[in-house]
Amino acid sequence: MNIVVVGLSHKTAAVEIREKVAFAPTQMEKPLREVVALPDITEAVIVSTCNRVEIYATTHDIAGGIARLKRFLADYHHLSLETLEPHLYNYHGEEAIRHVFRVAASLDSMVVGEPQILGQIKTSYGFAAEFKSSGIILNRFLHKAFSVAKRVRTETKIASSAVSVSFAAVELAKKIFGDLSDKTVMLIGAGEMCELAAKHFINNGVRGVMVTNRTFERAAKLAEEFGGKAVNFEDLFDQLHKADIILSSTGAPHFIITPKDVTEVIRRRKLKPMFFIDIAVPRDIDPKVNDVQNVYLYDMDDLQGVVATNLEQRGKEATKAEQIVNQEIGQFFKWLSSLEVTPTIVALRARFEEARQAELAKTLSNWKDLAPEQQKRLEALTAAIVNKLLHTPTTVLKQTGQGNRNDLYVDALRSLFDLNTGGPVPEDLGELEE
Amino acid sequence: MNALLFKITIGFYFIATVMYLVYLLKPRDLVGRLSHWLISSGFVLHLVFTAFRYHEAGYTPITNLHEALSFFALAIVGVFIAFERKYHIFILGSFVIPLALLLMAASSTFPSAVVPLNPALKSQWLLVHTTLAFISYATFAIAFGAGIMYLIQEHFLKSKRLGAMYHKLPSLDTLDEINYRSLTFGFPLLTFAIITGAIWAETAWGTYWSWDPKETWSLITWFVYAALIHGRLTTGWRGRKAAILAIIGFFILLFTFLGVNLLLKGLHSYI
Repeated sequence: MNIVVVGLSHKTAAVEIREKVAFAPTQMEKPLREVVALPDITEAVIVSTCNRVEIYATTHDIAGGIARLKRFLADYHHLSLETLEPHLYNYHGEEAIRHVFRVAASLDSMVVGEPQILGQIKTSYGFAAEFKSSGIILNRFLHKAFSVAKRVRTETKIASSAVSVSFAAVELAKKIFGDLSDKTVMLIGAGEMCELAAKHFINNGVRGVMVTNRTFERAAKLAEEFGGKAVNFEDLFDQLHKADIILSSTGAPHFIITPKDVTEVIRRRKLKPMFFIDIAVPRDIDPKVNDVQNVYLYDMDDLQGVVATNLEQRGKEATKAEQIVNQEIGQFFKWLSSLEVTPTIVALRARFEEARQAELAKTLSNWKDLAPEQQKRLEALTAAIVNKLLHTPTTVLKQTGQGNRNDLYVDALRSLFDLNTGGPVPEDLGELEE
Repeated sequence: MNALLFKITIGFYFIATVMYLVYLLKPRDLVGRLSHWLISSGFVLHLVFTAFRYHEAGYTPITNLHEALSFFALAIVGVFIAFERKYHIFILGSFVIPLALLLMAASSTFPSAVVPLNPALKSQWLLVHTTLAFISYATFAIAFGAGIMYLIQEHFLKSKRLGAMYHKLPSLDTLDEINYRSLTFGFPLLTFAIITGAIWAETAWGTYWSWDPKETWSLITWFVYAALIHGRLTTGWRGRKAAILAIIGFFILLFTFLGVNLLLKGLHSYI
């Protein structure tokens, strides 16, 4: 059985392509069922985030399986395979395992070390488990990926340092304001990134939260969630001077905050510093705002630049993370290969034979007056029983083709008869939290 | 004995300066504490040296450039140690202590012989007036150091290129607060120094104010810092503007202290 990965990410496809092949989280049942219904695809998990869309599947036929998954991605989203193909990558065997481990550990993220991806994969796996599209291999595989991610997070500093954009923003704020406990954050618009960054600021002790949005209800709801105050969008410039840190992510097609606005606001604040964080694309805040005295403006690119510098200084951590991934690949691959049929049959036979020989030796040593002829018969009898008992399982295991669940049987046999020759002892699989 | 003490003090200041500059490159806590210990020991020696000198001359040793520069350095180091204890920012030393070393080096180039004091100046006002003046100068030196640090850190944040030093420098807020604190200490001291100077002038020369260059420039310095404090309290001159003014103020102050003595002639010309 082979694990294959087919997908695309921010590294291979622009956002216009990515959004066309994204799967809505509310409708995962249909695509999951369709994928496992494909010929010779036994298990599947679909991961769909704003930065990547990937299918993890198991198949006996690597080339055929990959081709079918590619075609499925194109057909499902009504795209031609010719347009999609150049953006797709595929992996199988050890490379597929490495890829998924790296993705889960956030080593393949746009912002390396950002913590969201693990939760997103867990959610995706949740759907696959719910709709029973994942089986013994992918269950084990994803749990392993979660535990690898956890190891990377605890054993390296890759996630704890300023490698995520929100973390970088908080660090910058601390370099501007020192203590954040008497500062107020204002959210303009209510994007997901914005909320995340706001939460990060709240965790770091900011005192007040203000929320404004074009639809007031949305602002009120968010404000309630954060224990803050909702502000009418029209009153933005009346209230802006009360905020020290401004997180903006509206869908506005043009700048909503200009240097002129900020010059007035900062005067009203008696030049008390302000820190603007523009998460929106296209941007909400005119970059010239950064030139206003005691005002600091960072947009998404700037923050990612900061993150990149921090990452450079942490090259060591990344290497360490890759080493962890490599170790774990070895272990998992060993388990995966142990699911092969032939070695299992050999091991099973050996186990039975071992028992037969032991019992036979015991009997013969107690029964000394037995003639050689009788001994031979006894020997033949026990061998026949063992063969008979093993006949059906062996034929079932040797059947190949549609609908067979060899991997399941193999795994069961290995546990039931303690055939741990080829595979590792099942160890901590990592809890499926959240 | 005195000359030896002076040399040892310079030695300590020199090693402390080197350590503070090392701290700039390698901000290990151990380096910071070592630097702090060195500068504190140097300060104690310097204090002993100054006391000996006072004893030897019979008046506050501040009447020639050798003494005055050394006294300035002493005040800067003393005020710096107080600030470092309050804010626990070793890196402030990397910007302030080299200045003290520079002043000591300058001091050593002037003749150190004790010259008899002009009888007109023999008064307890000498101690009060000069001590006040030099402690205020020293706090302005701290504001100057913090101002430079502020501009560097602000440059990192504005240009978004966070160099290695960015992580070591304290937050803009802390630097601005140091700037503000030094002003609120230094300005009243400078005011008292000018007032005591005027009273002393009245007893020595019979007139409170005679517009000699030193007096004029002291007044200019006073106005600069008064403007800075006023701007800060009313229209909020903080951050960059405050940092720049603290730097400009310090250059004017240096001119009042040195430039007037070296370039212009007046009653204060013998210091």
